[in-house]
Amino acid sequence: MGAIEKDLASKDSLSTLVRYENVTKRFGDIEVLKGVDLDIKPGEKVALIGPSGSGKTTIIRMLMTLEKPTSGVISMGGEPLWHKKSSSGKLVPADEKHLRRMRSDIGMVFQHFNLFPHMSILRNVTEAPIHVLGLSKEEARERAVDMLEKVGLGDKLDAYPEQLSGGQKQRVAIARAVVMRPKVMLFDEVTSALDPELVGEVLEVIKDLAKETDMAMILVTHEMDFARDVADRIVFLHDGQIEEQGTPQEVLENPSSERLQAFLSRFLRN
Amino acid sequence: MTWDWNFAIEVFPEIAGAIWLVIGITLGAYIVSLVFGLALTFARRSSFKPLALATYGFIEFVRSTPPLVQLFFVFFALPSIGISFDKYTAGILTLGIHYSTYLSEVYRSGIEAVPKGQWEAAKAMNFSKMQTWFKVILPQALPPVIPMMGNYLLVLFKETPILMAIGVGEFLQEAQLIGAANFKYLEPITIVGLLFLLLSYPSALLINKLEKRSKRGFRSTKKAVKEMNEFEELKG
Ligand SMILES: Nc1ncnc2c1ncn2[C@@H]1O[C@H](COP(=O)(O)OP(=O)(O)OP(=O)(O)O)[C@@H](O)[C@H]1O
Ligand SMILES: [Mg+2]
Repeated sequence: MGAIEKDLASKDSLSTLVRYENVTKRFGDIEVLKGVDLDIKPGEKVALIGPSGSGKTTIIRMLMTLEKPTSGVISMGGEPLWHKKSSSGKLVPADEKHLRRMRSDIGMVFQHFNLFPHMSILRNVTEAPIHVLGLSKEEARERAVDMLEKVGLGDKLDAYPEQLSGGQKQRVAIARAVVMRPKVMLFDEVTSALDPELVGEVLEVIKDLAKETDMAMILVTHEMDFARDVADRIVFLHDGQIEEQGTPQEVLENPSSERLQAFLSRFLRN
Repeated sequence: MTWDWNFAIEVFPEIAGAIWLVIGITLGAYIVSLVFGLALTFARRSSFKPLALATYGFIEFVRSTPPLVQLFFVFFALPSIGISFDKYTAGILTLGIHYSTYLSEVYRSGIEAVPKGQWEAAKAMNFSKMQTWFKVILPQALPPVIPMMGNYLLVLFKETPILMAIGVGEFLQEAQLIGAANFKYLEPITIVGLLFLLLSYPSALLINKLEKRSKRGFRSTKKAVKEMNEFEELKG
């Protein structure tokens, strides 16, 4: 690589944290994603909206390495996620070691919380910092307690997940992901499994987090007001393709594509 | 011929004297089956297909041949290709490996009952493969199947008399020797039955109790799954 190219590449990785290049995904015969291009800057908060089945979950699951793209390249900090450069410079499929290294920059909160039911709340949050990041027990505990207090659960350290409400579980799940200090956090409709009266508390926690963190976030959501508040950019996905994107203002108030207009009006009616 | 109390009382200690040997062999074989069974479970799930397939074949083969034949194979046939064990090791290995195929099935059912979301959460927390197994999956997969595991301990225990075929002095072997020496089989063989009953019954009660306890645990997981489905329905 020449000096200028190198310089360009490093600038590129500074301004882009996550990059999807012509990414497609098939499940059997169904093409779920039909060539997605998407760049996310460090610290940027992006809301992903779109009708059910449009591929929102699939997009972020591929970044979490839970689903493998059929074609295209996803990169993280300038480095391909699902591929490795071989010694001859060709891209070859990544091995588990590479995936594990890349994963350390990515965190995810799931629709159904997926807390570890056999561990106390505190252990849910300290287990990975101790055994994956290699923090000492004291450091991990300090970090976990700090975060659990931030999400309003400082008094539940010794409780077990089954003793918590859905909203509380989801706040633990957020704390569990944040203590790993990833560069990008993925949220997959994290309030849609909650009773309506519990949605607010979880959205508040995420809004606060978004304000004070320099982590990038990709938030799949059906809550338009939340998207407007928290996102720097809203991306509208339709039928496996990005149909339109822009600031919350542009997307929610001046939608240009007919599909987005239809989607939003259906939404506002409901 | 009638029941001879004096004879029964006289030979009881001789037969019961095998109790430590029987318990030792049972526990030894059980530990082999627990450990080897887990290894089989992992091997069967391996992403290296030849290994997974070979393991599947091995399990089916071991299950569909009688343990007695396997015992003879290990004790009498293997030495001719240079692998020989004393009768105790041969007995423990044969019973242990035979039951490991059943234990691996028990493990498998426990593992499959762990929700997919747990694997995904473990990945998202960046646990290694080993950490995922030992910190996340097995601690959830094993407690519900402990009663099934206990059942196999009892079944294995009741299988120990086949070891008399290679001259291990367990209950039946002792009784058989005494019977042959005195031309009286009624008392010694009855005592063998009684000993099995005395050891099995309390263990069965214990396992029953465990089962009730783990059912309670299982109900709460079932409830969680049901609740999750209701959420999905509400949403859709
Ligand atoms: N593992 C899978 N196997 C087969 N098809 C799948 C799988 N996962 C997703 N799909 C299909 O891919 C399409 C996109 O799914 P995805 O979950 O990404 O949509 P979504 O935009 O998140 O929808 P929703 O708003 O309902 O969550 C859907 O038609 C879905 O049925
Ligand atoms: Mg989804």
